[in-house]
Amino acid sequence: MVIYMTKKRNKKFNKNTLSLFLIALPGCLYLLINNYIPIMGIFVAFKNYSYAKGIWDSPWCGFSNFKFLFITNDAWTITRNTLLYNLAFIVLGTIMSVFLAILLHELGEQLRGKFFQSTLLFPHLLSWVVTAYLVYALLGSSNGFVNNTLLGKDNAIDWYSAKAYWPVILVLVYLWKNAGYTAIVYMAGIAGIDKEIFEAAQIDGAGKVKQIFSITLPMLRPTVIIMTLMSIGRIFYSDFGLFYQVPMNSGALFQVTQTIDTYVYRGLMEQGNIAMSSAAGVYQSMVGFVLVVLANFIVKKKDPENALF
Amino acid sequence: MKSMSDEKRFRLIVTIILTLFSIVALFPMILLVVASFTDENELITHGYQILPRKLSLEAYSYMVKQASTIIRAYLVTIGTTIAGTALSIFLTSSIAYPMARKNFKYRNALSFFVYFTMLFNGGLVPQYIMWTTFFHIKNTYFALVIPNLLMTAFNIFLVRNYYSNSLPEALFEAAQLDGASEFGIYTKVVFPLSKPVIATVGLFVALAYWNSWTNALYYVTDPKYFGIQNLLMRIMKNIEYLRTGAAEMSAEGQAVTLPGNSIRMALAFVGILPIVIIYPMLQKYFIKGVVVGAVKG
Repeated sequence: MVIYMTKKRNKKFNKNTLSLFLIALPGCLYLLINNYIPIMGIFVAFKNYSYAKGIWDSPWCGFSNFKFLFITNDAWTITRNTLLYNLAFIVLGTIMSVFLAILLHELGEQLRGKFFQSTLLFPHLLSWVVTAYLVYALLGSSNGFVNNTLLGKDNAIDWYSAKAYWPVILVLVYLWKNAGYTAIVYMAGIAGIDKEIFEAAQIDGAGKVKQIFSITLPMLRPTVIIMTLMSIGRIFYSDFGLFYQVPMNSGALFQVTQTIDTYVYRGLMEQGNIAMSSAAGVYQSMVGFVLVVLANFIVKKKDPENALF
Repeated sequence: MKSMSDEKRFRLIVTIILTLFSIVALFPMILLVVASFTDENELITHGYQILPRKLSLEAYSYMVKQASTIIRAYLVTIGTTIAGTALSIFLTSSIAYPMARKNFKYRNALSFFVYFTMLFNGGLVPQYIMWTTFFHIKNTYFALVIPNLLMTAFNIFLVRNYYSNSLPEALFEAAQLDGASEFGIYTKVVFPLSKPVIATVGLFVALAYWNSWTNALYYVTDPKYFGIQNLLMRIMKNIEYLRTGAAEMSAEGQAVTLPGNSIRMALAFVGILPIVIIYPMLQKYFIKGVVVGAVKG
């Protein structure tokens, strides 16, 4: 009888486990195909791949793809661009978002506060294709707003071939598109601060500016640190849309607009240089992996609640 | 009394600064809309402006004449958005549910399986080779819906957290006592209860599909599969692409020149029109979604 009971319970348990497993199965299959098979496919970087031979029959070539990649200046250029742009985005993006978040929080639940939140988030909802159109409306050499209205035709600049300006332009476009989004994230952090602290400070005669510097900013610090660590974990990846769409594929700008992601794409699709492209991709995956794990490890130590896993 | 007026003054300064930032945020958009209504000759002589001297509906009337290409792209985008969002919601919530069930033996293994996709990816090259040589999705509608966008680990964890935080274990036990199977619990109890998180995730997934252009960039060469974003990309390079069939001729037998500068902007405006219309109604949910997403990452 006892044996029978446990058997039955076991059976029921297994049936539940099986059902739950079946529920998860479609999603698992998708991740297996979309994410895991390509991971296993990184061995392509160690082959002399040709479409005619396919991935199995293309000959192995050891590390020669990597050797060729790192002999060229490309490896240095794309690494530098990816890292420096991300660094600028992290520093300037954080400063601007925290600034905006503090201002937005001041207006709180008021109607104008909500209105500003919505307008500042709006650029984030547009695609990079549309963003490229907007930038073109501003910077187009013959009919752009900047050349016609701000500079005048005599002082016009051919923006899409003047690479000196692009580091600034790309940072501005990034901030325009993302600062509002991150500001709302930080605003939620500020909203979580105990209101009594502000009230106590007010009673003690602390003005608004003083409150910001001695309450809001210190209390927001953990959130800023976590968000920054997460961004550092992604520092080897760039936003393909920003660097591919916004400069309009202008070759004159590649030296300052080419990142690892655009390089991998152009190598694969535009130059048919799969060797270099796959080597750069693996380089990104490997270093990116180390950085994400490291960043997450530190986050976990500082604040287990916010760790990814 | 003094502190009140201080507070008011502070709020006024805040309002002024935020107004300036809001103008910067919206300015390019306003420029684009005005440009789409500007007379073509005016654009050629004075460029895109906020206050043009001469307005015109030429761009829009031209678009109406050449509507078939645009309507087609619009339908492709609408179709991929609907199919992609529906599939995405199904897959995301169904993998998140077992991860949230405390009595599921393999929940940690499953969570790690999902989590690992955030840490490591094979990159574009192996992915491209796989989709094109094994699954042959080049120039199919699958190419627009399936790769990359369907499911992200981030959304899965968002839904899982919602399940484990807002659905008590007692609920599952009660349903089980009533004789419901796991499938039954998932479809009849859990899924209906998870509307808020599904709506949030669905909203952002739908937006991602509406704005997506990379899948078509990688996997589509036949313009017949172009959605609105890829049509826009194509037209930025070559406005003549809009002409369908034989170029229309003027009375003198010359090909009519397109009002290209204004058409480009008009088409971009048409491409974001749904967002512009929906956003004021759903802005609350967009903002809530940003905040919810922020909890993890």
